[in-house]
Amino acid sequence: MSTSGPTPPGAPQVRSLNCPGCGAAITLRSLSQAVTVVCDHCHSILDAQDPGLTILQKFKAAVDEDLPLIPLGTRGKIRGTDYEAVGFQRRTIRVDGIPYSWHEYVLFNPYKGFRYLTEYNGHWNDTSILRSLPTINSDASPPTVSYLGETYKHFQTATAGTGFVLGEFPWQVRVGESSDVSEYISPPRVISSERTGKEITWSMGEYISGRDVWKAFGLQGNPPESVGVYENQPSPLSTDTTTIWIVFAGLMIVLLLILIGVASSARNEQVFEENYAFNTNARGEASFVTDVFELKGRTSDLVLKTTSGVNNNWLYLNYALINQDTGQAYDFGREVSYYHGYDEDGSWSEGSVEDSVAVPNVPPGKYYLRVEPESDVGHGTIYYSIAARRDVPQMSFFGLAILALLLPAGLITWRSINFEHLRWAESDYGSTGSDDDDSDDAGRPMSLGNLFDQGIDE
Amino acid sequence: MTQPIANCPNCGAKVIFRWSSSVQTVCQYCKSILVRTDIDLKKVGQVADLPPDSSPIQIGTEGVYNRQAFVAVGRIIYEYDQGTWNEWHLVMNNGSAWLSDAQDEYVVTFAVQGRKLPAQCKVGQSYTWDSEEYTVTTITKAHYRGVEGELPFQYWNKDDVVFVDLLSTTGNFATIDYGGDTPALYLGKVVEFDELNLKNLRKFEGWS
Repeated sequence: MSTSGPTPPGAPQVRSLNCPGCGAAITLRSLSQAVTVVCDHCHSILDAQDPGLTILQKFKAAVDEDLPLIPLGTRGKIRGTDYEAVGFQRRTIRVDGIPYSWHEYVLFNPYKGFRYLTEYNGHWNDTSILRSLPTINSDASPPTVSYLGETYKHFQTATAGTGFVLGEFPWQVRVGESSDVSEYISPPRVISSERTGKEITWSMGEYISGRDVWKAFGLQGNPPESVGVYENQPSPLSTDTTTIWIVFAGLMIVLLLILIGVASSARNEQVFEENYAFNTNARGEASFVTDVFELKGRTSDLVLKTTSGVNNNWLYLNYALINQDTGQAYDFGREVSYYHGYDEDGSWSEGSVEDSVAVPNVPPGKYYLRVEPESDVGHGTIYYSIAARRDVPQMSFFGLAILALLLPAGLITWRSINFEHLRWAESDYGSTGSDDDDSDDAGRPMSLGNLFDQGIDE
Repeated sequence: MTQPIANCPNCGAKVIFRWSSSVQTVCQYCKSILVRTDIDLKKVGQVADLPPDSSPIQIGTEGVYNRQAFVAVGRIIYEYDQGTWNEWHLVMNNGSAWLSDAQDEYVVTFAVQGRKLPAQCKVGQSYTWDSEEYTVTTITKAHYRGVEGELPFQYWNKDDVVFVDLLSTTGNFATIDYGGDTPALYLGKVVEFDELNLKNLRKFEGWS
């Protein structure tokens, strides 16, 4: 069924026209949706709605002053839809007298309309116009806006001026014109309000990587490296460190359960205990071997405890734990020393009358100890006892495990805080200005207040 | 939907009504604006050449809004400082609706009666209708540019019309048409192109 009648309008197609300023060819890629189009040859801004393309403004620029990274006319797929790059502009804000410039690309699809890509220092945002109004909460500090249940924190308000334009725009674009831009962030998203005259336009951007832009548009080479931290750049670690701490708490519980399991399954069995006396006045070989004792069960640790009645002296014991059947020996030396006294700072003491050591991974079997005591000669008899416990749960392992978990969680949290610090340093609330003295920095946070308080008068 | 057939009083061509309640239509051949009377059609005006238009919607485009099927049967074309836009007259089972298409931004609205409307308003002011608060976002001075197809009322030979657009925080949309003797309110929603599930769209060379 023919629905459009006997004189259907032809399929809309890209119109080719000539610039009235210099005669160069002008292409209208966004069909009749373009409001203004720029001649890239003589930099005339033309009325795209006028069949004669009346010149609205001319601006001075070198032909290659600012080349779009995405050449106009390039098509790419964004969220499953083909878009063509049709327009390009450079906008600049000044913060404390320093200019910051970014680029905006106008993208067009004849069914879905316009969408925008912005690029600043290698950071990209995919931006489209909001379909409903955000709720502004200007009493909060910083002020916030709510949109679809999400809260966005005010980041910056500045006046953005247009410095360079190319291609087509669905609005009346002029070089030199400016608008007040306020940005509210909830990474990876940003909501911007732009006020020009009496109209406020709200848009939402979502952070995308340059690599994804390159892939979407099939661009050659590599995207420019991103510099610094951008306002709505998602933290590469985790925007939500609470998740990390929840995981940490979970792992701690697991660790605790393991600890309880190990402690309850360990034999923790006394396998040997004996008292000895070492006469320091005697000469000759002091070494001896103990009775044989049996280590049962699984391969596990053996904790050897040495207790001695040393008093302002020391006892050194060369130990060897020897397997009677295989002859395998574990050699180690332990010292017990205890000194104490009294000086001008009060009483002091050093060392201990006890020493404990764990020999790890001792297989079951029959063992004996060879012991060789040493001390200063002429201190009389030193009494000491040796006790061995089999399969003792080692708490130090759990301490290490806790540390191993705590370290990355703490590091990530610290880096995340650091990332957020870098992000907010670029905002109206950064340390360079508003922190130290509000009075000489009235330009920025104040302008936000003005935007809300003045209302909009015609 | 009945399709009464009549003949154009100007050129004699067949005029088909896709909607029985249409009050006005435009002859597809000679572009005469025809108004239905009790017995026949009366020519009341003539549509001048329409501006170039790249709306993807055309007469006969079908879609779905709020689980209700619709078909576009006519449109009013307005001119404003950003070019032109269309108010497509949609016919649904239970009556008329409007699909406005300005630079491929789509809004579906329904005429509502009996609401209190301001005599004039400013950007930023808020009004509440049906317990929803709307804030004025744009005031557009538009110029009537032409009509096509069937409309639920007589609409031709208009001049400048002021439209006030309002948005709520939930995506509800309102527009007040100050073109008539008394302001008229339309309430609806801003919609995404994909939501409408449109069929029988115009084709664009090089695009699919």
